[in-house]
Amino acid sequence: MGVIQVQEPGLFTTVQDLGREGFGAMGVSASGAADAISLRLGNRMVGNHEGAAGLEMTLLGGMFTFLERALLALTGSDFGATLDGKPVELWSSFEAKAGQTLRLGPTRSGARCYLCVQGGIAVELFLGSASTHILSGLGGNEGRALRKEDALKIGAERGAIHERRLTARALKELQPRKVLRVTKGPQSDWFPESARRLFYESRYRVAEESNRMGIRLEGAIVPVPSGGEMISEGVSLGAIQVPEGGKPIILFVEQQTTGGYPKIANVISADLHSLGQLRPRDEIRFERVDWETARALLREQEKLMASEDLISG
Amino acid sequence: MAVLNRRVHGEHIGITAKGQARCLSHLRERGVRYTFANMATASGGARFEFASDQSLLVYFDELRETGRAESGPPQGEKSRAQARPLQSQIALQANEKVRKLLRLLELEPVAGVRNVHPAYCSLLVKFDGLRFRHHEVESILRGYLERLEEIKLPEPRLVEIPVCYGGEFGPDLTEVCAIHGLTRAQVIELHASAEYLVYFLGFVPGFAYLGELSEALVTPRLAVPRRRVPAGSVGIAGNQTGVYPFATPGGWRLIGRTPVAMFRDEREGFSLLAIGDRVRFAPISAERFGELEKEWA
Repeated sequence: MGVIQVQEPGLFTTVQDLGREGFGAMGVSASGAADAISLRLGNRMVGNHEGAAGLEMTLLGGMFTFLERALLALTGSDFGATLDGKPVELWSSFEAKAGQTLRLGPTRSGARCYLCVQGGIAVELFLGSASTHILSGLGGNEGRALRKEDALKIGAERGAIHERRLTARALKELQPRKVLRVTKGPQSDWFPESARRLFYESRYRVAEESNRMGIRLEGAIVPVPSGGEMISEGVSLGAIQVPEGGKPIILFVEQQTTGGYPKIANVISADLHSLGQLRPRDEIRFERVDWETARALLREQEKLMASEDLISG
Repeated sequence: MAVLNRRVHGEHIGITAKGQARCLSHLRERGVRYTFANMATASGGARFEFASDQSLLVYFDELRETGRAESGPPQGEKSRAQARPLQSQIALQANEKVRKLLRLLELEPVAGVRNVHPAYCSLLVKFDGLRFRHHEVESILRGYLERLEEIKLPEPRLVEIPVCYGGEFGPDLTEVCAIHGLTRAQVIELHASAEYLVYFLGFVPGFAYLGELSEALVTPRLAVPRRRVPAGSVGIAGNQTGVYPFATPGGWRLIGRTPVAMFRDEREGFSLLAIGDRVRFAPISAERFGELEKEWA
């Protein structure tokens, strides 16, 4: 079985797959890759199924030595990767020979870079998923971010070492967005018209304390509806809640499953992967779309993802 | 709170699943007790609200149907008026419907429904947006709602959780005493003598929202939440109480701590508490806390 030696973990590197849906009644949120599109594409480029576990690096990448030959792919943001000193391309699979070291640096584009390896990262599953849930310390590699000297096992499934790359068209269409499309939230009507207008007209800045649980925003303070407290209810991925104080928070992959703040909007499914590439201090704004548009955009995205000529070999 | 106070202690410990029964007797040796309790039934309507492009909320909060007199809501704030804080009888009836719908969805899963997040009076249903439109899910759920009456909820378990109150384990106990003009012993007695319902698990894995707290203990949240609440902390907020399963930020006032692990990966069932369980807290000494903590480590 192949092994990846972690020489340097990077700022915050975790094992992620597509998460664990179905355990909301226990308070367990799905977790999974922050930019699921990038993880899925990376897996396809190394011949894995889309949901195999890979490494999610955040803002600053790590340094990894491969003890055996491995087929790799890097997707998401450009972390300036080199293999034994030679630059390697994003969105294209490549081979690491036994003993070679992959080194990544600080991001040159968005927040997250994914390392996918043929066979996937092999960890014990928690509730059917390899994803790390940091808050509860469960899943992934011992429920935590990688540390120096960790050794990660590579799954046994092997195919041919066959280089594949993403087509330019797919890359363009799946580009992360800074204008996030949203549908109305279940409590949109609680907010006065002026508050909603302010929300849609304002630019928001991603706050430093954002993480996989929530993306905190700074900018125009949204007036909170007055009177009475709300009863906690289930919250969706991408829900934009406005707590007291009026600074919106986008609930993200490691979200709380329930919450008691009114939600003004919800990021559409087709734009969720864009959230995973937001860095602190990035500026974003919101654009309201209707239910049919949100649905059509998701359908289009999945049609593109399913197309045969997405990846050329 | 007649319903909550009615207790039926079962003699046997354990539920049908073999592994779980084994695990429960194991838990009992480590300070946790499960028995059974009973529950009343209720009926009524539901309303639907789209939450996202792949989820919708089912609310059981039609207050008028329960016959409760509410003062007229201000214009344009209908939903808000319907979503007032936990009102004992209404919340109990609504929550029972939440649990029945959840149960029915477990018994007869809908292909394409990916996840459900229950809460006091509502259920969030996440679905595959490539497969369904909202109204299609709504119509399936309406069919399920018509059958809620026939759903028998599993026999509620009574779970006893050992708690060491005050001191370093309950840093807010003194303040809670001061707020209510009660002694330490009175607060502990009020908290530990009641039997609570697990309305739902939410927030983080294994966090059970328990209600309802004695009126004499109803206390607002901290104005500034703690950045880190130690795992096992027992808190109160409004008329709710609960145990933090993990070290998380939190705004509830902490009155004690349990050495029991509320959520673990290797345990059958994962969460110590399940929706619909009944809970009691049993005061223990710091010494006993130390012993149990070792057993749970």
